[in-house]
Amino acid sequence: MRRHALAAIFAGLLCLAAAADPADRLADPAQEARARAIFADVRCLVCQNESIDDSEAELAAELRKVVREQVKAGRSDAEIKRFLTDRYGEFVLMTPKLSWTNLVLWGGPFLVVVLGAGLLAGRLRNRSGEIELSPEEAERVRRLSQTDPT
Amino acid sequence: MIAEVGSFALVLALAFAIAQAGLSATARARRSTVLAAAGEGAAVASFAGVAIAFACLIHAFVTSDFSVANVAANSHTEKPMLYKVAGSWGSHEGSILLWCFILTGYGAAAATLGRGLPQGLKALMVAVQGALGTVFLAYTVFASNPLARLAADQIPVEGRSLNPLLQDPALAFHPPFLYSGYVGMSVVFSLAVAALIEGRVDAAWARWVRPWALAAWSFLTVGITLGAFWAYYELGWGGWWFWDPVENASFMPWLMATALLHSAIVTEKRGALAGWSLFLALGAFTFSMLGAFLVRSGVLTSVHAFAVDPRRGVLLLIILGLTSGSAFALFAWRAPKLSPGGVFAPVSRESALVLNNILLAAATATVMLGTLYPLIRQALTGEAISVGPPYFNLTFAPLMATLAIILPAGPLLAWKRGDLQGVGQRLWVAALIALGVGLATYALVSPRKALGALGIAIGAWLVVGAFVEILERTRAFRVPAADSWRRLTGLPRGAWGMTLAHLGLGVFVLGACCELGWKGEAAEALPLGGALDVAGYHLVLETVGPVEVPNFDAERAMIRVSKAGKPVCTGEPDRRFYPAGGQTVSGIALCYRGASHLYMVLGERRTAPTGTPIWLIRAYWNPWATLIFLGPVIMALGGLTSLSDRRMRLGVARRARPEPLEQPA
Repeated sequence: MRRHALAAIFAGLLCLAAAADPADRLADPAQEARARAIFADVRCLVCQNESIDDSEAELAAELRKVVREQVKAGRSDAEIKRFLTDRYGEFVLMTPKLSWTNLVLWGGPFLVVVLGAGLLAGRLRNRSGEIELSPEEAERVRRLSQTDPT
Repeated sequence: MIAEVGSFALVLALAFAIAQAGLSATARARRSTVLAAAGEGAAVASFAGVAIAFACLIHAFVTSDFSVANVAANSHTEKPMLYKVAGSWGSHEGSILLWCFILTGYGAAAATLGRGLPQGLKALMVAVQGALGTVFLAYTVFASNPLARLAADQIPVEGRSLNPLLQDPALAFHPPFLYSGYVGMSVVFSLAVAALIEGRVDAAWARWVRPWALAAWSFLTVGITLGAFWAYYELGWGGWWFWDPVENASFMPWLMATALLHSAIVTEKRGALAGWSLFLALGAFTFSMLGAFLVRSGVLTSVHAFAVDPRRGVLLLIILGLTSGSAFALFAWRAPKLSPGGVFAPVSRESALVLNNILLAAATATVMLGTLYPLIRQALTGEAISVGPPYFNLTFAPLMATLAIILPAGPLLAWKRGDLQGVGQRLWVAALIALGVGLATYALVSPRKALGALGIAIGAWLVVGAFVEILERTRAFRVPAADSWRRLTGLPRGAWGMTLAHLGLGVFVLGACCELGWKGEAAEALPLGGALDVAGYHLVLETVGPVEVPNFDAERAMIRVSKAGKPVCTGEPDRRFYPAGGQTVSGIALCYRGASHLYMVLGERRTAPTGTPIWLIRAYWNPWATLIFLGPVIMALGGLTSLSDRRMRLGVARRARPEPLEQPA
């Protein structure tokens, strides 16, 4: 009973299926929760865009076993992920690395915001003086700005 | 015979589409009303041709005519009627025919309805629509004819059936809605190209664009929601959005269309952002076509991509490059000459809408990069990377949260120069309520989740903000109640539509954050009589028995659910085996508890060490999951309400006095 309740709580943000098989579960719920969190970030390499947490493929089951063993052996998340990327390449992780080669990926959305804000600011600044001027007023502004020392 | 009639009608439709493009373009060049009317007639004829072809394809599916290759590959005599009909658009060829059917349908509608448009603009729009029809119909006729026959010695006795995962009511109606959304953007695209050629984009243009954009956007919203709902209860993972490339492909045009709906308001009311609105109008359909290409070309790996064929992928890429490439080239050439329109202060409704557009554009960029960057990087360097949900959670979610935070202020700001203090005075109650809800969630709901509570606060802010907006419009509590009532009933439908759409977003955010934050999960291998607990519910596996139905073999479990000793409901999840395709699919059971769901899945049968059979049972507690699907439905209703606004029809009302074809310069 208590174990199920804990599992439910630890499941938290994870929403998934295949990995929940009770036959493979680690005895320690905290370790199991850690393993599940790692599963969600590991791609099932032979599947169509699924994490090993979702996939019922054999390779996914094997990878889950590997991760669970390493969690049980007390290795850290970073160590386990490094082990996986050393073996299978960057492709195995669902979260792309924050690296220079991925600059476009991570920086792109930020760039769009900056660019958009810049354009908006430019437009607001350039045209804020032109609000609602009649031709006479515009002429006066022109004369005044000519005599102005700045 | 009927299949041949269909093929013939399809070729006729192509001929009419070519005629439509040619006649209408010449009509514009020679300023001839006769040719323009002929072009419009060709548009209707082209639609009729595709409709006949489509009816023939449905007939072939309904009668299980396996001499038609597409039917043999995708149907089965024992399939229920609904899925026989839906099977006609379930395959690559059929879906492209559906695309053409809707494309020419929109073309015919635009040709017959758009009578308020200046005739030059309209003739050009019909011509562009005809060109689009030509390209897609030519692709259908020459590269993907759904009515092609098999050679006599290859005709099978039985069909290969539709993928069982696709045999589902939500999915049967998913493509028609989705495509009505995708392809609805074609009218917006054509109007944009026509306006670029004419060199005039003004308030009137924006007014003509909005109803089409609204209709397409509403369809797309419903289509995406149906897809998400299908994934939710058919895939059996308990999730509803996976940031899968195919989902992203449908989400990008939606984001673009949402941005367009907002920027077109600025163009209509203030004559500003004309260039940007044009850009979005072109972009929305480009992303629709990009989606069609990505899903069919095989460049993506996805749970739900079509059977792939690289040769067709290349053709679709060429179509995409030709149509969008030339449209954007035209844009680059003509857009700099457009008038920048009215000016506005930093604090104004215009600024708020521009901010909305910046954030939506950035969100589109996020989704696009997440979808395409892995492909590009692999093509350039040969290294493969994965971009999964964590990336989108880190980039998309903050952008949308920012958008949601500024959203309720937008409609309360005045045009040109807004009054931030005034907005603050009107919204402080809403802000206080949202803050209170967020804090209460953080303090009281266990387990404690800061991000979940923040999401709930944002959802509450949107919902309360929508109500404040209506109260403001009616001056409630500031004028006598009767006055407020009169104002309320006199509100234009466009205002109701906007409020509904914003309310729907709030409802969705509440549901999504609650579900993501406090989902419960349990899985256990149970013998008969075994029990499992999730989120306070006690599930007992009562019986498991075989079910024999014509279309599949199944094993069905009966699970009795109780809470604190009191019976709540019974769930009957099943596990189906489709002999025709050799696939096993889980049929989930949902137990509705208010807006929350108890989601039950029957897994494989095993044998316990003691020799008794056990079944893997998974159960999820999905709090407020109904709101995830209800929210977008409210948004789409908002779109339709807005569409029924009288102002949207003003263009039509003007038909009493036809304008001369020559336009004032």
